[in-house]
Amino acid sequence: MFRPRPESPAAGIAPRVAVEVEGRTVLVPEGASAAAAVLLAGLRSIRDTAIGGGERAPYCMMGICFDCLAEIDGVPNRQSCMVAARPGMRIRRQRGARPPFPPQPPPFPPPQAGEGRVGAGEG
Amino acid sequence: MRRFDAIVIGGGLVGTAIGYGLACAGLRIVLLDEGDVAYRASRGNFGLVWVQTKGLGAPHYQRWTRASAEEWPLFAAELQERTAVEVGHERKGGIQLCLSEEELAKRCAMMEQMRAEAGNFGFEYRMLDHDELAAMLPGLGPSVIGASWTPYDGHANSLALFHALHKGFAVKGGTYLPNCTVTQIVAAPSDFRVDAGGETVGAPKIVLAAGLGNAALAPLFGLNAPVRPQRGQILVTERTTRAWPIPLGSIRQTPEGSILLGSSEEDVGFDTSQKPEIMRAIARRAVLSFPWLAELQIVRAWAALRVMPPDGLPIYDQSEQFPGAFTANCHSGVTLAGAHANLFAPMVAAGALDPVLAPFSAKRFDVPAAA
Repeated sequence: MFRPRPESPAAGIAPRVAVEVEGRTVLVPEGASAAAAVLLAGLRSIRDTAIGGGERAPYCMMGICFDCLAEIDGVPNRQSCMVAARPGMRIRRQRGARPPFPPQPPPFPPPQAGEGRVGAGEG
Repeated sequence: MRRFDAIVIGGGLVGTAIGYGLACAGLRIVLLDEGDVAYRASRGNFGLVWVQTKGLGAPHYQRWTRASAEEWPLFAAELQERTAVEVGHERKGGIQLCLSEEELAKRCAMMEQMRAEAGNFGFEYRMLDHDELAAMLPGLGPSVIGASWTPYDGHANSLALFHALHKGFAVKGGTYLPNCTVTQIVAAPSDFRVDAGGETVGAPKIVLAAGLGNAALAPLFGLNAPVRPQRGQILVTERTTRAWPIPLGSIRQTPEGSILLGSSEEDVGFDTSQKPEIMRAIARRAVLSFPWLAELQIVRAWAALRVMPPDGLPIYDQSEQFPGAFTANCHSGVTLAGAHANLFAPMVAAGALDPVLAPFSAKRFDVPAAA
């Protein structure tokens, strides 16, 4: 469905950069964007909007429309058309608004089985 | 010449709120809007309906702001009913964070003075310490040592409000004339004629609500509106799920999830450019308050000019020289929208400002400075 434009440096070069898009491996030409990888993966969409939950796929490919938002290597809400694909990159669906901050770790590490503890009542 | 019951000059939040209120009172109104060449503070608003910082040493301003915040729920509900525009108003109280002992002591003294000045009117507030705040506000940074809270504060989507007021004005039969910079004025008591954008309109009443433009317009009507521009800059983050239940003064999250960071103040004339050092200071304070904000991307930023009277308080007047000419000036177009539509407009319709507005007259600037 998609191929490099004839004047593009990527034209005629075999795609060799392997990235993972929603669990499937896609080969893209060097210099391609993460959004290009999303399109080459043949996905119908890569995010659900924050308010209405509507599906969106890469559209403008030039950093304007924000419809290509994806979680890339664990970072949510990245504009995938503005990020160059790198070998081993993991691109995941952006589901609605991101959480404001990562889940809080428990205030103390939970005790491990068989591990001695020091504290009130233990002495 | 087209004749109306009243002319409103200014199509921003103040002018449209008053125009909407007048139209709701049954008057035939023409609203003259300068257009996109105007500075339009209404496009750059932060969106707070904010009470707790207003009126230190000026209890009449605290009462007027509170009165507006009280009007807001009904005002927003009626506006939505008439226009089907949801303005996103929430009124669950508000918090101002303090990041140093000095800030906290100052805020504490300010709140106590506000309570003392409120007298029988009352002023409910609480000072909160870090631990109380941390329980309310997930991810609070250690730099926040305390805060003030009042139940009166809230926020709204200021752009939706702006849209709704224009729509409500039209729904109520108002005549809106865009791209109409005022070129000629003829003033006589209760008889005004304005040439603007190739149109000539006349009415027995006129309201000057032209923001920074009022400074030049007011003297033509025997009025005084010595307002100056004060620049404010705002940063907006990507959307997140809801982080806090209520707005925090210079940090607020919209119901849609964007987080707005702001509250800078600069006197730089009519310069709406953005400055990296101010943006940095806004971001730094926000990240000290909530370290996780540093991970969020900034998706928009802008600067706009507040309409600032010399003492920061609104100016409301009716001309003695030309009765029927009114002026309204303030830097709180969102907060005071409820009062402008539901309280101020009926006074204009009745032909006299209520005595509660007497302390807001520009006559307060006429007192000669002591030698």
